[in-house]
Amino acid sequence: MSVELRPATPGRNRTGPKRTAPRGASGRGWRVRLARLDMRVSPYLFISPFYVIFLIFGAFPLVFTIWVSLHDWELASGLRDFIGLGNYRELLGDEAFWRSVVNTIGIFFLSTVPQLLLALWVANLLNRRLRASTFYRIGIVAPMVTSTAAVAIVFGQLFARDYGMVNWLLGQIGVDPIDWQASRGWSWVAISAMVDWRWTGYNALIYLAAMQAIPKDLYEAAAIDGASRLRQFWQITVPMLRPTIIFTVIISTIGGLQLFTEPVLFGSGRMDGGPVHQYQTVTMYMFDNAFRSDHYGYGAAIAWMLFLMIIVFSLLNFLFVRRAGGGR
Amino acid sequence: MTAVLSRPSGTHRRPGRLRGLWDASPLTYITLIAALVLSVFPIYWMIIVATRSNEVVGSVPPPMTPGGNLGDNVGRLFDNPDAYFAKGLVNSAIVSSAVTVSTVFFASLAGFAFAKLRFRGKNALLLVIIATMMIPVQMGIIPLYMIMVRLGWQNTLQAVIVPFLVTGFGVFMMRQYADQAVPDELIEAARVDGCTTFGIYWRVVLPALRPAAGVLGLFTFMQTWNEFMWPLAVLNPENPTVQLSINNLANAYFKDYTLMFAGTTLAILPLLIVFILFGRQIIGGIMEGAIKA
Repeated sequence: MSVELRPATPGRNRTGPKRTAPRGASGRGWRVRLARLDMRVSPYLFISPFYVIFLIFGAFPLVFTIWVSLHDWELASGLRDFIGLGNYRELLGDEAFWRSVVNTIGIFFLSTVPQLLLALWVANLLNRRLRASTFYRIGIVAPMVTSTAAVAIVFGQLFARDYGMVNWLLGQIGVDPIDWQASRGWSWVAISAMVDWRWTGYNALIYLAAMQAIPKDLYEAAAIDGASRLRQFWQITVPMLRPTIIFTVIISTIGGLQLFTEPVLFGSGRMDGGPVHQYQTVTMYMFDNAFRSDHYGYGAAIAWMLFLMIIVFSLLNFLFVRRAGGGR
Repeated sequence: MTAVLSRPSGTHRRPGRLRGLWDASPLTYITLIAALVLSVFPIYWMIIVATRSNEVVGSVPPPMTPGGNLGDNVGRLFDNPDAYFAKGLVNSAIVSSAVTVSTVFFASLAGFAFAKLRFRGKNALLLVIIATMMIPVQMGIIPLYMIMVRLGWQNTLQAVIVPFLVTGFGVFMMRQYADQAVPDELIEAARVDGCTTFGIYWRVVLPALRPAAGVLGLFTFMQTWNEFMWPLAVLNPENPTVQLSINNLANAYFKDYTLMFAGTTLAILPLLIVFILFGRQIIGGIMEGAIKA
């Protein structure tokens, strides 16, 4: 690396004497030294803000979470007892925790699978030759620029049991009103609907960008061979999009397993996720234990379990998509 | 069939049945319009309710046109003792602006260094940045809160600003852009003219990075404006960001929908304005992979 530095320095010296020739030799040496210092130190100065911020507010908290999780740690009382793996042992037998895990995974699947399939479909349509294509693109990403909390409140009203528009629409086709809050499955559906609504357009645009990079000749060749559009989609588009699909699946996994704002506001700002915790996610359970009940040690243990869950799920999804997309 | 002939050439080099390969059928348009309506309807509905009185809740069929109560609802919103709505708006504006300006500055500075300067350990340091992009940082929220307690920063705006002054994602994005947007000759020429490294950044690199810096700024602003969990943890309900203000409203026992919807409408208004002004840039940013969810 130091070798790379050198070619620049002679260049500097070559031009240096020309410009500073009228000045005294000592002044020139001072300026050259300063310039050299500038070249050597500036890059590190320029990149250091990120590392400083990340070390203090990103990396340290993440690692320190492990330490906190090994304690009975309360802030109000100042209690801080080392209990080793006690929190984790308790967590393994904690029914409420496992319920939140099931809720999180259930909502994750309900929100991710339809979202990515819909996004693929919409992207495929947007990839046709369209009039006013920008108009559609802007329209479908509009949900992404709303605020999550605001959307959750609006959807909470749309999915209200009495007077909610969704139930009213269902009533038009003869379906009895659904109590979206009370039932575990239906509350997952309502929350997933918010997530789907928000992110489908975003993913569609990502897929569209990748689709536009696929050589058109492939489709023309397939069409000459008599492949239908549907077949072209599954045998050309989807395999060619595999890296992009993996990217969106990983991003959705990381985001989806940390789901917090939507279910919190669906429950009017409460952390319990309904009377029988039917839609309490792991992040809500962590937040509730730490910031509402002052059990920071236990909360930290939940945070680490969630972190592990995210890693495991990202890997599983990565392997799954790679395998599924690989069948040519 | 004859219409096809008048289309611009180049897209159709081959004759016969391939003509229709990329054409949109009426069904394509119908589906896209349905997708569009689904995308926009909840936003539209929010605005409708915000302009009406509470009688709309439960009226059958639901009203689809704006009413005349927006001023009244907004007035009640600012008078509401639990929401601290004005304060929330001001706080959000301060926090989002500060985080945006600082992220764009530090990210472009570091991105420039990674793309154009030579220094020892560059590749390894860049790798660290890429790795941090995959880490769900909010998992460290508990110690982060403890740091704030130690610093005496609970319930202060710096608690929601300082940890987000620059992101690894921003640095990486600016590096990618600087790499191809700033010619090496330009930097060499500035150096020959006696520019300091920071001078080069300020006079040569930053102007060249403007498009990417703009997109990064837009998304940083939207993301910060939207932040919910960390402000909820560290700020009190009396000193909220606007997202916490609407959460305060949602917490109320009696659901005053027109009030809540007036709140949510105002809470997303800055985002909507940004979106209307810069929609194309946002689309471009997403499609170039510049934006992370």
